[in-house]
Amino acid sequence: MSVLLDVQNVTKRFGGVVANERVSLTVRQGEIAGLIGPNGSGKTTLFGSIAGAHAVDGGDILFEGRSIRHLRSAPIARRGLLRTYQQTRIYDDMTCTENMAISAREAQGSLLSLLRPVPPATNAHAGDLLGFVGLYEKRGDKAGSLSFGQQKLLEFAMALMNEPKLLLLDEPTAGINPTLINGLIDRLRRANTELGVTLLVIEHNMRVIMNLAHRITCLAHGRVLAEGAPEEVREDKRVLDAYLGVA
Amino acid sequence: MNRVTDWHIMGAIALAGLAGPLLLPGLATQIAFLWLMVVFALTWDMLGGRMGYNSFGNIVFFGIGCYAAAVVQRDTGLPYFEGLALGLLAGTVCAVLAAIVFGAAMLGIRGHYFAIGTLGLGIAAGEVAAGWDYVGAGSGMALPLYPGELGQREIFFCYSLFALAAVCFLVFRWLYGTRFGLALNAIRDDHDKADAMGLRTTPIKIFAWALSAFFLAISGGLAANMIGFIDPRDVAFAGATFGVWMVLMAILGGKGTLWGPVLGAFVFHVTQELFWTYLLGWQRVALGFLIVVIVVFFPQGIMGWLAERRARTEAGS
Repeated sequence: MSVLLDVQNVTKRFGGVVANERVSLTVRQGEIAGLIGPNGSGKTTLFGSIAGAHAVDGGDILFEGRSIRHLRSAPIARRGLLRTYQQTRIYDDMTCTENMAISAREAQGSLLSLLRPVPPATNAHAGDLLGFVGLYEKRGDKAGSLSFGQQKLLEFAMALMNEPKLLLLDEPTAGINPTLINGLIDRLRRANTELGVTLLVIEHNMRVIMNLAHRITCLAHGRVLAEGAPEEVREDKRVLDAYLGVA
Repeated sequence: MNRVTDWHIMGAIALAGLAGPLLLPGLATQIAFLWLMVVFALTWDMLGGRMGYNSFGNIVFFGIGCYAAAVVQRDTGLPYFEGLALGLLAGTVCAVLAAIVFGAAMLGIRGHYFAIGTLGLGIAAGEVAAGWDYVGAGSGMALPLYPGELGQREIFFCYSLFALAAVCFLVFRWLYGTRFGLALNAIRDDHDKADAMGLRTTPIKIFAWALSAFFLAISGGLAANMIGFIDPRDVAFAGATFGVWMVLMAILGGKGTLWGPVLGAFVFHVTQELFWTYLLGWQRVALGFLIVVIVVFFPQGIMGWLAERRARTEAGS
């Protein structure tokens, strides 16, 4: 499997706080990679660095072999690398279908290409994907009226609508009703296998990530602590210590 | 009951717009101002309502339209209508260029900072015009006399401004039905998300402002000719009146809705005319009171208030 995302020694500081220090990780084409670590270990910061939300202070980030370190979020998204947010971000005052339509790949086109109505095929595809995450009945509702869990699912569907090559998911199961989590894991897997989306997932729910990911990287205090197959990482003493707070 | 569609309302307004000045020639000027207010509210709502950028500086484009027409009509020596046409063209070019330049510089600023920045823009433009001899400085500029018979001028500008308001409404209505309209809403609801989803937000925002500027510049050229005189602070860059009314009318009718700005302009203009007629001397006080009433009782505007009532009735039934 070829390397899709190659994070090389990335350092990110906020003032005196070093959020990420020489973090390296790779995500291979077609896999589901996991990113775990205690609160404040720098996972979301790393997502921000990769997706162009802020500039990094050192290192390089290669996507499909080309550096994206100096790009901002929009051009990175247009290359096919998207992220979702821990605190969901959707367009509150627009309907679910509109949220989906404006997330389609064609909406990233030039100004001129935007000056036409949403094609019926796009709306149909939006309906299919809303069905995929179980929100078809809500398609005409304002996104802001959905529950937090539903908004999370909508944000995931919006990302799929964009047909990304790599999708960074920040805690996709947080706030989701526990009885629905298995269904969500199944959907993440299907997005990976059927839609061909490579995933990098931040997750606090150990049961979920151990089930889902092919490989896991563990961060602590802004550094990579361990990486490997789920069972290796789970047994790693340093990882256990980091989570249980043993120095 | 047959559903009342947009087309029914548009048809009724078109009839009123065409017949109004003929049936009530004495009110032609007031009706012309009504259409001007509709253009003000519609163009403000493109940014304020649809895109979430509250501009207090849109008056700048109106003023540019006023002055461009006046200068062209004064200096080219063309006959009235040719001069007016060329003046309107010059006004749109200048206003669109200004919107692109100001947009590139200012549309990166978010929220209140953008509002305050644009407020400064409007005030600065008035001061520049008031100190610039080429455009008459503080004493303003007189426009050439309308060549037709007495009373014809009002009728002509009444129809011109009606046509402008109608075209502006139809263009915006079409635009809001395109992906561009959705993109504006996406920027309003979550700008960072729109960026992260790969939307080309900067050109979208600048285009929206430039389009507003285009229609405002034409309205400025027409209004200046109708009034016959432009004062830098009281007519062209009248931030405290026209500039604030734009915002109020859109909010009164309902920001970000198709008919809200039109309805807001109607209600506001009629109320204002009534104040002038029946509360002379107190009209400014009454207007201030109206503003308070709008903000307190109709924060979502009339359209928002109606939608809420309808939702409540449906939920109750």
